[in-house]
Order: sequence, then structure tokens, then C-alpha cells
Amino acid sequence: MGTLWFCLVAFMITMYVLLDGFDLGAGAIHLLVAKTDEERRQVLASVGPVWDGNEVWLIAAGGTLFFGFPALYASSFSGFYLPLMIVLWLLILRGISIEFRNHITSKVWDPFWDFLFSAASLLLAVVFGAALANVVRGVPLDAGGYFFEPLWTDFRLGEQTGILDWYTILVGVMSLLVLTMHGALWVQVRTTGAVNERSAKIASNVWWGVLILTAVITTITFKVQPQVKENFVTWPWGLVFPFLAIAGIAGVRFELVKGDERKAFFASCAYLIGMLASVVFGLYPMVLPARNPIYSLTVSSAKAGDYGLKVGIVWWTFGILLVAGYFIYIYRSLAGKVVVAKDQPHP
Amino acid sequence: MEQALGVHRLHFAFTISFHYIFPQLTMGLALLLVYLKTQALRTNDEHYNRATRFWARIFGINFAVGVVTGIPMEFQFGTNWAAFSRAAGGVIGQTLAMEGVFAFFLESAFLGLLLFGEKKLGRIGHWWAAFLVFLGSWLSGYFIVATNAWMQYPTGHRVDSHGQLELANFWQLILNKWVFWEYAHTMLGAVQTASFVMAAVGAFYLLTERHTSYGRTFVKSGVSVGVVAAILQLFPTGDAHGKLVADHQPVTLAAMEGLFESQRGAPLVIIGQPDVQKRRLDNPIQIPSMLSFLTYRRWNAHVRGLDAFPQDQWPDMVPLLYYSYHVMVGLGTIFIAVMALSAFHLWRGKLYESRGMLWTLMLCVPLPYIANTAGWMTAELGRQPWLIYGLMRTAHGVSPQVGAGNAWFTLIGFMGLYTVLGILWLFLVYREIEDGPEPDTLNGEPAVATAAD
Repeated sequence: MGTLWFCLVAFMITMYVLLDGFDLGAGAIHLLVAKTDEERRQVLASVGPVWDGNEVWLIAAGGTLFFGFPALYASSFSGFYLPLMIVLWLLILRGISIEFRNHITSKVWDPFWDFLFSAASLLLAVVFGAALANVVRGVPLDAGGYFFEPLWTDFRLGEQTGILDWYTILVGVMSLLVLTMHGALWVQVRTTGAVNERSAKIASNVWWGVLILTAVITTITFKVQPQVKENFVTWPWGLVFPFLAIAGIAGVRFELVKGDERKAFFASCAYLIGMLASVVFGLYPMVLPARNPIYSLTVSSAKAGDYGLKVGIVWWTFGILLVAGYFIYIYRSLAGKVVVAKDQPHP
Repeated sequence: MEQALGVHRLHFAFTISFHYIFPQLTMGLALLLVYLKTQALRTNDEHYNRATRFWARIFGINFAVGVVTGIPMEFQFGTNWAAFSRAAGGVIGQTLAMEGVFAFFLESAFLGLLLFGEKKLGRIGHWWAAFLVFLGSWLSGYFIVATNAWMQYPTGHRVDSHGQLELANFWQLILNKWVFWEYAHTMLGAVQTASFVMAAVGAFYLLTERHTSYGRTFVKSGVSVGVVAAILQLFPTGDAHGKLVADHQPVTLAAMEGLFESQRGAPLVIIGQPDVQKRRLDNPIQIPSMLSFLTYRRWNAHVRGLDAFPQDQWPDMVPLLYYSYHVMVGLGTIFIAVMALSAFHLWRGKLYESRGMLWTLMLCVPLPYIANTAGWMTAELGRQPWLIYGLMRTAHGVSPQVGAGNAWFTLIGFMGLYTVLGILWLFLVYREIEDGPEPDTLNGEPAVATAAD
């Protein structure tokens, strides 16, 4: 029961990364791909109607984590206190930037929100990457099951490490590049003209960075978190996940050259799924590794009572089917390129 | 530890109080939007569609601020109240996760269609979009109130082998007897906020002689819905909720009422200042025996005062609890008077010309916000010193490793950020009210909502 919920929570987090990932990425490249007001409204229109629903995956995943693994929720959220609060502030600034920008047309109002939207998206991509790296690297959990990490200490991978060390910063940069590529591919699908061309170019350039960092960080990760290698040796079938990631990243290049915008985006999705699944697979059965391995939180030590988890399966399955229905409907109704009329406010 | 506890409490109190400014309007307005859409369907009059579009724009702004200030609430259980989350997550994680899966997705999916999809969906489809947004926001309210109800009156759980709480009966959690009245009372509060806001905007238009046909619609809709909500707020919901408190949290009732001594024929205090040191009420104005009657339906019933309980069981902020409760009840009474009087004028066909009544409706607009906040303060301060009533004290629920310094840092951050958010929200909502519901009024630009898709 615990393992099932472990997979379901991982599924919800993956959905969050796939969906909010592209609107974060779109934000990160907002100022680069769109120069005029009309172009910027194109980028905003490509994410405007969906960012809120995408972000609900984060809240729903958080809620499901709370429900399925209360001990993990408690120790990780309190231990990552400062970065999470910074994430919250960035999410707030980003949300209002998207929602408030188009209420007024002005030469000071619009650029202000454009900048804020882009800066907040960019920082969020880095912080999310660093947070994931913290989980992989392990945190200084104590015997009581709690820890607290300052933002940084000496930037080394010691016992009393901070949120930011050289490894987590490197993963943060990789996360920014990956989401930039993902977002650029999305913007490419949804736009026309100069914005479309610029995002294709960015995706194509960033792809090299993603490729190199994927190789480098994967190698380092085997050293930083020995469990990963052990798991792949114990259960070799898990290699399908890294292979999916490789196929995905190759697919992005292939489709970009071929010029199939939609397939390039889906290839990027496959890459993200492959990477995240590899991480999750590599950590199992740990849900939060400790720097001192005896204190690591595992699926069985962090999960809620079985009765509650069984009840949850019933409503969760029903609920997620409804959600799938909404998302298919919404994304279908949005299929195609966004059209932004000139000189017209878009609420 | 002592010090950090206080900061964590203030942190939650500040962020939740600010957050709740927005959902109370969202939930109430969602109902009124369905009402306006229904009128549009029934009368086939474009007037009501324009009225809906106008309120949907305000709804959109309000919803956005509600969403971004709501995300921190779910995070804070873990960040600031980790010990509580670990102990109780197996139970309240259910309701919170269900809120995400059932309510938030529904709301966010159909809000986009409500705001931008009118042309595409057609008349009936657009009514459904409004209805599903209403359903989503009211479901969300239900799951949150169910979570709170469990903290007030824990049921359906058991203690597992590690001393933590786990769910034992799903239906007892979801259909907790506390949840019905608390939910009804909370939602009526939200409906009153929206009714007063709608009536106030209508009154503003009538008094300034702009958009007067919409002004009349808004005043009429606000008052018609508001008068019903105001009365139901007191009876039966407020009354029944009070009885639950009397039965299950008697010490809370004593503190709310400022009753220091147990007595027969206990009076109902209207005004007075509690002095906790001297255990008495200064300058009291009270109605003799009324509290006994309201609580037990007998004039000479015995009501337990604070002296019947050891002091470590008392809510730890008796004066603030007492004032919150009295502000809530006092304002609720004023709302009944204002709404009933307005409804009477409306029925006589004189409301739109009655400047005094319109001024009153316009100026009342901050009051339901204050009453809703005071109501939640009564519930939350009244539960103290417990975090989960009778099971876990608030002092034992905080995150053991997050110190006062870090909590102050983020509290100050939220205060700054929320000040900016509040100003922006007022500015943007005021702009919408200035622009008004008529299309083609914004410097000759086309109507925003219809041009959207």
C-alpha cells in the first residue's frame, strides 16, 4: 500500500513538472523571445488560461503527500523551511504578474510585470532543481526525524550542509536549462511569427547544455547517492527509465531538425518523465535519504495508516479520472496557435 | 521554544486572516454569479449577461489573489506545524488532499471557461461553467471546514502503535457532526460578504447616478440574497453552532461570553471589558438570565463559568476571544437590521430612491469582512490551548527545528508582500467598478470579456 502511494505521489509530482514546467520555462524565456507588447501577449496567452490549473498539481501533490506520508511531509517541509517560503513568494509574484498585467495598458505597468514574471519563473526553476538535488543528496535528519537546513553553509557536501552546495547549484542550473527547453518547445507549439522562430532557436541551443549537464550530473549522482546505482543493479528492469530519458532527449533534437513542433514537445515530456522516474526509482525505498543513512525516511516508516490509504485509493482514482477529463477538455479546446489581436487588452 | 511558538502562531494567524479576505468573496460571489446567470437564462435579457461579466471580472481578480495567498496555507502545516502534521496527517491529510483533487482542479478548470469561454460555450454551457465554479469553491470550503471541524471535535480516528493518529472511520471524518453547522455558518458568512459587496457597488452607482440600471440590479440581488443569509446566519446556524460549543467546549463558551463565575440564570453580556486578573467584567451592560435561556432554553439553567475549570484549560487569550465573539455577534445583528430594512424598502419599491438606505448599504461594505474574520478568530482562539481539541496542545504542534528567527524572517516577508497585494487588489477592483458593466465605456475600447476569445 505504501509503495503504491509512493508511485501515485511521484506521478502527481511528475505531472506538475510536465505541466507547470512548460509555463515556468515560458516565463524564463519571456523577455528573450518576445520583444514587443504584442509578442509578449502571445507568450502570456500561451500559458495564461492553463498556468493556474497546472499549479493545482503542486497543491494536490502536496496534499496527497501530506495524506500518504505525514512524517515525510512534516520533516521535509519544516527542514526546507526557507527555500519553500521563497518558493511561495515567487509563486505569488509570478501568479499576479500573469493575472494583473493585462488589466492596464501602460508603458510602465506592462514591462514591470513582464520582468517580474520572467525573473520569478527563472528563479523558481533553479530553486525546484536545487530542492530535488537536496532530496537526492540526502539531508541532515536527526534521530527524531527532523532537520533544518540553512540556505547555505560552506557549499560542500558535508554533514551540516545547506540547501545550496556545489552539487545542488549544478542541478539547479540544469533544471533551469531543462525547463527553458521544455517551455521554449511549448511556446513554439502555441505561437507564430518571430516568437515561434526565437523559441525554436532557444530550444535548439539550450538542448546542448541539457545534454552535457545530463551526462555530467548523472555521473556525479552515482557517487553522491550510492543507493541509485544499487537499485539499478538489483532491479535492472529499472533501466527503462534512463533509456526513456535518452530517447526523449534524442527525440527532441530529431523532431526539431524535422520541424515537428508538437512531437518535439512530447519528446521533451518523455525526457522529463524518464529523468524523474529514474530519480524516484533510484531512491526507493527511501523517501528522504539522510546524510547519516540510519536516519533515512523510508516508504514504510513515513506512510500513514493502511485504512486511510485504502480509503484514499477509492476517492483518488475517481477524482483523478475527473481531473483527466477536465484537462483533456481544456487542452483540446486550446489546441492550435494563440491569436492575439493588436492593441486590444486581453483580460 | 516559548518565543518561537508565539511567532508561529502569529505567522499562521496573519497569513490565514489575510487569505480569507478573498475566498469569502469568491464563495459568496460564485453563488451570486449563478443567480445572475439564471436570471439571464430565465429572462433572456442581455442586461444580466453584462452584469455577470462585470462581476466575473471582479471575481477573476479576487480569485487570483485568493489562489496565490492560499498556496502558503497548505505549505504552512508542514513548514511551521510539523509535529502537528506528523501526528495528524493520517487523518486531516485526507480532507486536504481531497480538496486539491476534487475542488481546486474543478475551480481552476472552469474559471477559465467562465471568464473567456462565453461565446464558445453558448448560453446553457456558460451557465454550467458558472455552476461548476460555484460547486468547486463550495466543495473547497467543505473540505477546509471538515478539517477544522475535526480539530474542534476530533472523531473517526485512533492512536497507532507509534502514538500517532490514524484514520479509523472515513465517514465519521467527512460527516462529523460538527461540520454541518460550522459549514453552513461559514458559507452564510461568505454569502453575506458577497451580498453586501454587490449591494454596496449598486448603491454606489445609484448614488453617483452612473450605470443606474445595473445599480438597481446589484442592490436588488444583494439585498434579496443578503437578507436570507443574514437571518439564517443567526438562526438556526449560529444558534446550533453555539450549542455544540456549549456541549463540547464549555470552557470556550464561558470565555466567549466573559462568564467568570458559574451561576443559575446567567446573564448575556452585550458590552463590557473582561479583567482576567481580577476575574470580573468591567462596565457590563447585560440582559439578565438570557445566556441560560439561549444555551439551555431555561431561564434559570446553570451555566458553568471559567471558575469551573482549571486555569490551564482556559483559552489562553480570553479577552481577545471575548471581543472576537462579541464583534461577530454584534455585527451579525446589525446585518439583520440593515438587510431587513433594505428588503422592506425594496418590497415597498422605495429602496432605489432612499438615499439614507443606499448610503448605509455602501458604507457597510467592510463590516462583513470584519465579522467573518472575527468569527474565525472565535473558533480558533476558542479552541486554545488545544490544537486538536483534547488531544494535542498548540505548544506541542510546532516544528521543532524552525526557530523564532527564521519564523520572523518569513512573517515579515509575508507582511510586506501582502501589503503590496492588498493595495494592488483594491486598485484593480476599484478600476473595474469605475469602468462599470456597460461595454464600450473604457475610452472607446471594446468590451474586454467579449473580445477575449
